[in-house]
Amino acid sequence: MNLLEGLIRAFQLIFSGDPRILEITLRSLFVSGSATIIAALWGIPIAMLLALKNFRGKFLIKTIFNSLIGIPTVALGFLLFLLFSREKGPLGFLGLLYTPTAIIIGEAILVTPIIVSLATSAIEAVDPEIMNLAKTLGATESQASFAVLKEALGGILLAGIASFNRAIGELGIAQFVGGFIAGFTELLTTGIWIELQNGNPETSIALMIILLTMVFIINLVLNVVQRRRKWAPLQYSET
Amino acid sequence: MGTIAVLRNVTKSFGKMTALDDVSLEIQEGEILALLGPNGSGKTTLLKILAFIQKPTQGEAYFRGEKIADKNIDKMRMQCTMVFQKTVLFSTTVYNNIAYGLTIRKIPKKEIDVQVGKVLKLLKLEGFEKKQAKKLSGGEQQRVTLARALALNTELLLLDEPTANLDPKNAGIIEEAIASVNKEHKTTIVMATHNMFQARNLPHRIALMNDGKITEVGMPTEIFGRLSKTLASFAALENTFAGTATSAENGTTSVDIGNGVQIETTTQHIGTVSVFINPNDIILSTNRLASSARNVFKGKIVEIFDLGPVIKLKVDVGKPFVVQITKRSFNEMELNLNAEVFVTFKASSVQII
Repeated sequence: MNLLEGLIRAFQLIFSGDPRILEITLRSLFVSGSATIIAALWGIPIAMLLALKNFRGKFLIKTIFNSLIGIPTVALGFLLFLLFSREKGPLGFLGLLYTPTAIIIGEAILVTPIIVSLATSAIEAVDPEIMNLAKTLGATESQASFAVLKEALGGILLAGIASFNRAIGELGIAQFVGGFIAGFTELLTTGIWIELQNGNPETSIALMIILLTMVFIINLVLNVVQRRRKWAPLQYSET
Repeated sequence: MGTIAVLRNVTKSFGKMTALDDVSLEIQEGEILALLGPNGSGKTTLLKILAFIQKPTQGEAYFRGEKIADKNIDKMRMQCTMVFQKTVLFSTTVYNNIAYGLTIRKIPKKEIDVQVGKVLKLLKLEGFEKKQAKKLSGGEQQRVTLARALALNTELLLLDEPTANLDPKNAGIIEEAIASVNKEHKTTIVMATHNMFQARNLPHRIALMNDGKITEVGMPTEIFGRLSKTLASFAALENTFAGTATSAENGTTSVDIGNGVQIETTTQHIGTVSVFINPNDIILSTNRLASSARNVFKGKIVEIFDLGPVIKLKVDVGKPFVVQITKRSFNEMELNLNAEVFVTFKASSVQII
């Protein structure tokens, strides 16, 4: 089969609404989306602390998160495999190996440094007087922190996009802790690989086209929305 | 008239730097109190302590007889508000900026609409609701920050240099609004300023500050009449100079303000005086003007501040004079830093304070 033939068959698969392709796509969106949300839930409070509070070791923690951005997925995947391994892994008793939950946890860990680092910079870029301003207008400490967070929303959204991109495109973790269980843990990335092994190159090509298109469209939409909402996390009024 | 807020022996230090040094002050209900002093004298710190966003290192602050502590600070913050010297805006519309404090107070949307409408009218910002606050001009932005504070109708309003760096039109709108809320809502106002004119005309009382201390408190007439030492030493006050006045032969009085600068005035005062020349009364030119004005000095432009429609220049003629001109004149005269210029003003423009 040549490339052109493969492409044509792939498009036929996509436009015929093949249920397997749809299922894999939705699962991929769900897994990466959940991982991003979970990472945001614990990452944003960490970013708030790092950006707004002063404490010993703050620089060290920031440096660690920064350097973890580039962690190889294959290393993290293998590490998690050892942890979740049902026979000998310390967390084996949870029975998570080869489940979508394991992939979600793994990807959430993978993208946490991205969320923390980018959100910290976004919050640090907010005018420090916003906190005081909110307080003079009657805000409590937590309402004032929320006002700061709102000012950093554009930057935090970008952190989310970057995280989602990293999660949806990674292979190492999905492979190690998700395996290739058709109808259960198969994702766009693992699908591209396994369908090729199984002799279905057109399915692989279809999945690849979907993966690329999705990443492209999501980024495009979010960029347009961000521009239209006029979030200006890095611009402040001059005095 | 009772007291609304009291500071008792308040000291505030930032590391080794003492911003406020054992300050005690009583603020009377319904008054406009001006804090007058040079930069770094502690005015902003004092306001921030009164706004309950900074804690004194030592001493106590009271509001309506109640001592400020961690447990009542949220409640206290509802009673007063502050407008910073630096314009700080939320990245959203003018409406949302002004509504912020009202939303926190859980005021119903309908009432918020009414209140926002009122303050927009007061600050001459009608129709600005949906505009992005940060896209407005500097003067309009500053008016939004005041509108946002006024919308809350708090008992105490703290203003940090409310008209600094503004052109006369915007400054006028803001001064009018301040006077109006004080008169109509009996809002107590404490404002920091180093603008002589403002200090003279707006407030009921003036507190002079220097080096983190309040050196004098009194009515404007008392303070300006007494020629206090602190006031005379305010080099930071624009166009305010201390000097010695002697009678000249032609019936005018000449004031020697040092560095070889002699100012002619129409005053009869002799001896130590402080003089003030309004920056708007000074004519700036590139050549010596043939005119009836008695005071002409040659100098160099040492600082340029772009305030939007107007440009503020500092001209060193031996003593620094602040001159305000329109941007158009500035461009037409092709002025730049270190340019040689002449400052000219009439003897009758010199005010003895």
